[in-house]
Amino acid sequence: MFYREAGDFKTSYRDDGQTFPIRLDRWGYYAILAVAFLVVPLVIDSYWANAVLVPFLIYAIAAIGLNILTGYAGQVSLGTGGFMAVGAYAVYKLMTAFPGVPIVILIVVAGAVTAVVGVLFGLPSLRIKGFYLAVATLAAQFFLVWLFNKVPWFYNYSASGQINAPERTMFGWAITGPATTASAKYLTCLVFAVVLAWVARNLTRGSVGRKWMAIRDMDIAAEIIGVNPLTAKLSAFAVSSFFVGIAGALLFSVYLGAAEASEAFGINKSFLILFMVIIGGLGSIFGSFAGAAFLVLLPVFLKNVLVAQLGWPTDLAAHIELMIVGALIVFFLIVEPHGLARLWRLTKEKLRLWPFPH
Amino acid sequence: MEFLYASEVLVNGLMAGVMYSLVALGFVLIYKASGVFNYAQGVMALFAAMTLVGIMEGRVPFAHLINAAFGTHVSSFGWTVPALLGIALTALVMVGLAIAIEKLVLKHLVGQEPIILFMATIGLAWFLEGLGDVMWGADVKTLDVGLPQGISETAETLTNDWLGYGFFIDRLDIWAAVIAALLVAALVGFSQYTKQGRAMRAVADDHQAALSVGISLQFIWIMVWSIAGFVALVAGIMWGTKSGVQFSLSLIALKALPVLMLGGFTSIPGAIVGGLIIGMGEKLFEYFVGPLVGGATENWFAYVLALLFLVFRPQGLFGERIIERV
Repeated sequence: MFYREAGDFKTSYRDDGQTFPIRLDRWGYYAILAVAFLVVPLVIDSYWANAVLVPFLIYAIAAIGLNILTGYAGQVSLGTGGFMAVGAYAVYKLMTAFPGVPIVILIVVAGAVTAVVGVLFGLPSLRIKGFYLAVATLAAQFFLVWLFNKVPWFYNYSASGQINAPERTMFGWAITGPATTASAKYLTCLVFAVVLAWVARNLTRGSVGRKWMAIRDMDIAAEIIGVNPLTAKLSAFAVSSFFVGIAGALLFSVYLGAAEASEAFGINKSFLILFMVIIGGLGSIFGSFAGAAFLVLLPVFLKNVLVAQLGWPTDLAAHIELMIVGALIVFFLIVEPHGLARLWRLTKEKLRLWPFPH
Repeated sequence: MEFLYASEVLVNGLMAGVMYSLVALGFVLIYKASGVFNYAQGVMALFAAMTLVGIMEGRVPFAHLINAAFGTHVSSFGWTVPALLGIALTALVMVGLAIAIEKLVLKHLVGQEPIILFMATIGLAWFLEGLGDVMWGADVKTLDVGLPQGISETAETLTNDWLGYGFFIDRLDIWAAVIAALLVAALVGFSQYTKQGRAMRAVADDHQAALSVGISLQFIWIMVWSIAGFVALVAGIMWGTKSGVQFSLSLIALKALPVLMLGGFTSIPGAIVGGLIIGMGEKLFEYFVGPLVGGATENWFAYVLALLFLVFRPQGLFGERIIERV
């Protein structure tokens, strides 16, 4: 009834090609951005920031990164955790080496460092594909985590082997370190998430994104019509790792404050982000946000129900959570391999026709 | 003397390689027959070992859950089950699991892309991991089915007589090698000389053609997953006896992956040779290079070796040649 495109005329190609072609969608998007930037920072408390919103935004960035590689370019990666570790340790080394440089710039540089490492580990993708590549990216996961655990230079020879984020400020606000307020954490992550999502959206609908999708759909055919697999695959690895690296840097510096490579960036992190991408929807920016929201909220929800309401022990709740997440993955793959993003699109189609579906 | 140390490391590496091969074997069986790359193989081994311990010790399944939900304090039936009967019962459970997986998961995913199937097995792995913990508890369990353990004196005296230096070889490792050899022989015999085995090979060759000559895909899949469950049980017993039944057991699946890459996903001999190469390689690498770089190289050596290898031979040692057409 309200969700209509009638009267919404497009007079140029530019209008026709925009991300939100329906006016109501566009308004909704601006409204969400306004609430996220203007209202939420005022009302957020540390529980909501630490349990829900900050991890959601950080994982959404990582999920967009993996989605670029897996969903758009079709190269399955199980090394996300390792690349996040690169981002985290890079930002740590940069923070301690250049205390005067604004932290935001350092986080972006950490992303660039991760992009270089990603290209390095993406090189085998030119020779091998499919499962073989998926398993090959595990090499990155295990090797990088081992490296950060064993080489003391990376953690500045600290006795515990941990890295701790020193306090850094921007515009007089603490952004990292223990004194950071909930809204500062939230706003930092929000700015990164919004800017990166915008970048990803515009990359994927331009010529770069089309090359990635051509490689994904059939790499030999893509090569024959003139897509260079070398640049297409490696650029996908670079951009994806850049995003993942920024997510790792934020996770360590803004969210956790302290990290240990094998604990914070283990193989389970890789799988978690892969699941976010699958549940959200392969090849969809919105899906990355939806998947991240789903997998961040699910444990919080289950914990609230099982531990707080029913009074079950936390270890039991954790195991049941594993079962539920596992079963949900299988369920989603059976019912809707294209994830939440597809469900959302179908709902919108239905809404446009409602209440006269024929 | 240095050489003798190295060869002791080598022999122990070979024995560890046998263990990797055991897990890799389960992968290859399922991959050949159903084209599914079963990530859950390692968790299946963990689940089988947990079930075996649970049955042998007469634990009440889901005791933790029941206690939490109803406020009771059940933990054990109070009986113990002999090892052989326990193994038979666990094998039955694994067959039931195979049927459930076929009916609930695989049947609905026929015709999906391989990568979707792979991700489904990751979901399955998480589910089984949670299920195992909820059913039997997450504590570290000791598994003892009567396999001999500890240093083998025969091997030590034998090598001492020959070389003047006694090799340290775990008796369990020797048993594992023997059992793995028997298992492979049995599997080869089964697939070469029985009707079901022939049907299994037909399915592995070509699903469509197999269907058209009247082979039931469903039955073959259940059978293959049951066999893989049985292989997982054997692997679970070996690894469980060696280092206790705990979560880390499921990580052997991750060790089996480079074995598969090296040997090729479709080759049973490949799984065995790959396992031996990886086992040997990582122990020798740790022995010679490990001390220089801070140790624990076993975590990644296998992957990097497989990765480097694949760059030169993308289908692995014994894998089918990859032919691509547009």
